[in-house]
Amino acid sequence: MTDTALAPLTAKDFQTDQEVRWCPGCGDYSILAQVQKVMPTIGVPRENIVFISGIGCSSRFPYYMNTYGMHSIHGRATAIASGLKASRPELSIWIVTGDGDGLSIGGNHTIHILRRNFDVNILLFNNQIYGLTKGQYSPTSEEHKITKSTPFGSIDHPFNPLALARGADATFIARTMDRDPKHLQTMLARANKHKGASFLEIYQNCNIFNDGTFEIFTEKATKSEEVLFLEHGQPLIFGASRDKGIRLDGFTPVIANLNDGYSANDMWVHDEHDMYKAQILTRMFDDPFTAGHLPRPFGVFYETSRPCYEEVMAQQIDDAKAKKPADLDKLLRGNEVWTIN
Amino acid sequence: MTRKQEIVSDVVIKFAGDSGDGMQLTGSQFTNNTALLGIDLATFPDFPAEIRAPQGTIPGVSGYQLRFSSKPVFTPGDACDVLVAMNAAALKTNLRQLKKGGKVIANTDGFDAKNLRLANFPEGVNPLEDGSLDNYELIKMDVTKMTREALKEFTMGMKEKDRAKNMFVLGFLYWMYNRDMSSTISFLKEKFGKKDDILNSNIKALQAGYNYGDTTETFTTTYKVEKAKMEPGSYRSIMGNQAIAYGLIAASQKSGLPLFLGSYPITPASDILHDLARYKHFGVRTFQAEDEIAAIASAIGASYGGALGVTTTSGPGLALKAEAMGLAVMLEIPLVICNVQRGGPSTGLPTKTEQSDLLQAYYGRNGECPMPVVAASTPSDCFDTVFEAARISVQHMTPVICLTDGYIANGAEPWKFPQSSDLPEIKVSFKKDLDEGEEVFQPYKRDEKYVRPWAVPGTPGLENRIGGLEKQDITGNVSYDPDNHQHMVKIRQAKVDKIADYIPEQKLDSGPAKGKILVIGWGSTYGAIKSAVEELQAQGHAVSHVHIRYLRPFPKNLGEIIRNFEKILVPEINNGQLVKILRDIYLVDAKGYNKIMGIPITKTELVEHIKKML
Repeated sequence: MTDTALAPLTAKDFQTDQEVRWCPGCGDYSILAQVQKVMPTIGVPRENIVFISGIGCSSRFPYYMNTYGMHSIHGRATAIASGLKASRPELSIWIVTGDGDGLSIGGNHTIHILRRNFDVNILLFNNQIYGLTKGQYSPTSEEHKITKSTPFGSIDHPFNPLALARGADATFIARTMDRDPKHLQTMLARANKHKGASFLEIYQNCNIFNDGTFEIFTEKATKSEEVLFLEHGQPLIFGASRDKGIRLDGFTPVIANLNDGYSANDMWVHDEHDMYKAQILTRMFDDPFTAGHLPRPFGVFYETSRPCYEEVMAQQIDDAKAKKPADLDKLLRGNEVWTIN
Repeated sequence: MTRKQEIVSDVVIKFAGDSGDGMQLTGSQFTNNTALLGIDLATFPDFPAEIRAPQGTIPGVSGYQLRFSSKPVFTPGDACDVLVAMNAAALKTNLRQLKKGGKVIANTDGFDAKNLRLANFPEGVNPLEDGSLDNYELIKMDVTKMTREALKEFTMGMKEKDRAKNMFVLGFLYWMYNRDMSSTISFLKEKFGKKDDILNSNIKALQAGYNYGDTTETFTTTYKVEKAKMEPGSYRSIMGNQAIAYGLIAASQKSGLPLFLGSYPITPASDILHDLARYKHFGVRTFQAEDEIAAIASAIGASYGGALGVTTTSGPGLALKAEAMGLAVMLEIPLVICNVQRGGPSTGLPTKTEQSDLLQAYYGRNGECPMPVVAASTPSDCFDTVFEAARISVQHMTPVICLTDGYIANGAEPWKFPQSSDLPEIKVSFKKDLDEGEEVFQPYKRDEKYVRPWAVPGTPGLENRIGGLEKQDITGNVSYDPDNHQHMVKIRQAKVDKIADYIPEQKLDSGPAKGKILVIGWGSTYGAIKSAVEELQAQGHAVSHVHIRYLRPFPKNLGEIIRNFEKILVPEINNGQLVKILRDIYLVDAKGYNKIMGIPITKTELVEHIKKML
């Protein structure tokens, strides 16, 4: 065994000379910093990493990553990544998208890349607003939201991104937030480790057009009561004094008070591989301002293994090549030939 | 019984029936049989947009026109000598194309009261009985009854037996044209090899049709068409869509770039996807995307990774791909876009032919967005044209549009196929290292062709970011600088214009270099224009023909050719598109001849039109 002569890369090696142009205070800065920190740890040479984005604030991301990168067109990063991964399976591909880019204009490609299960990582920066176009509601904005394009309140019912991803049979779904760097790093590493399409929703604050929309989940004062961190094999427990948990009443999750005769053993134990329970977890999507609401889960909701599109495609090609040589003359000649002398 | 054998030089047969009658198969079988005899031919399949329109109705009629001749053939023919009408609707739809004195082979079972009503004949009127076909030679046969009779020993149901009707008709025509049937028997064996009953019933029906001609005394004459005088060599039959698939595989082999096709099914382009999906042993990756946009986007992704990225579509699909084409122009990466044109606008006439996407190919994108455009003129020319599209694309780092249309996509002709060793290598080189003195990679630094380097992911030291935002020249960094934008718009145009230095000069297809009228065509009008112009030349008129494959940029000498003629005529199956571009670029008073009926221009109408201009 020989140690590599090169010094290991650091976060700095993933920074570019381009001036980062997000608004000061934007949640994207934290996500960029965490991604740059995680990259040296994933064991992939820098030249084999590709960041592909669509259009929107989040989609500026590739310009700031010293890897290969493409800032493409609105909604199509997933489709471009599909073609790249199909032809270059060895690359580590990261798709950076937002709630508008990935769920509105690019919604179709999002569900299809998930069902095909290309081995890529999709980072969905969800800020529940259109930032780059200066403040219209997005497909994740809450009902009745007043924005520039909805002065009387939005009448759109929002998407629940993880339920949508689960519905498209994603093999990895997880949620994290910009304001919890450690958790964000852990989730990025998990997404990378998963073989198949990883769908990571990142709650991201837009301090200009939708400031504080996730405050209740991200700020110290409320976080521990409102956020349920999922850990595989552990009971679902939350609360500032870790005195509340979630148990299942039939198929319905309910809050149980551990001071009220329940023990941790009575609680729902998280199993990342349980598809049915993952379905219920994605539906824990209550408005945090209504009485009796459930906490919002963060972490890995679900992970399963399914063959990846690019692998099966490569296999079909290898099998075909083994059976038949690529003989261009034979192809051009075909089966029925006549000769004129 | 004595039979007369007549030698004829040129025959046009139209097979017409209900779309469930198997007319496309009958036609293509007769075509292959003809081709194998070394007779020149051209075909024109014509089918409804509906898979199964209501049986017996006029919208349900499917047709297949075949012209074969001992002389060179350039079109499937303006009018038919023989019309096979499997039902009343098929007769009604196609009779006006039949020459006076031509033969009608009518399946009487398809002219019962119900079929006559469905074909909108007035109550009590049967064209087979009322003398309205007196100007033609009418051959009536109860194909259904005779097929059932021939298959009476088979245990299959009546419906299955009736499916072999087309084989009976084919057998009869084989007899009429003195053919050996073994090509069709081998075909049936390959197709139904494992299904004994279906195989044997089809062969039996085929033979029954042949024997019917042979033993029935009413038929006194058989016909023979001699071999055509064609250039020596080996030939096969080829259809346009197939030739596109082969041309792409050849380009992939000759460039060493793996082929990736991103496509979404659309008529009449889907066959390219079907065909390429079969050639996995050539390393071809086909990806049936979720929509037209994902189809082109995936091809861009593959191309970014160093593959020969291709997308195939038809008009409405090209419209959906417009924004992504703009991205490819901005990224300056290779991409081949094949557009098999059909009647438009909107859904238009999906199964009919038209040349109405030239302006879309030229201009149909936001911003100043120049892209090379090439067009194929015949089914076999699709091979060379798409090969050229791929060459230009990878050597000039640009998306290229390759236009064909429904007529040549589905039409067949003999093809003197090349040997792989005859095909030129397509030289491509990926950038592997920094240039001397280059500290960081400059993705938009250009060579003498104004072409930027192709650096694919996986190459250490060349990590770079590209995208749809305006680029700073050389560095590729995002730039909003006014002077830079002007410079980049101009250089993207100059890059495309420069391609004119790397394509062949335009040649006259026929006629004098100086003369009265120059007929300029592009795409599938080739055969009609060639035939018309040569007829006029034979009559002593100074008419010449130019057919343009390289539509953007034009060959450098095109303007010179144009200036040598008094009048310019541009026949097109659209409302006047190439004529607009020629008038724009060459300031020439070119006139259009425009037919927008979803069908090809005929030689006859063109001859008449040109005569009026002389």
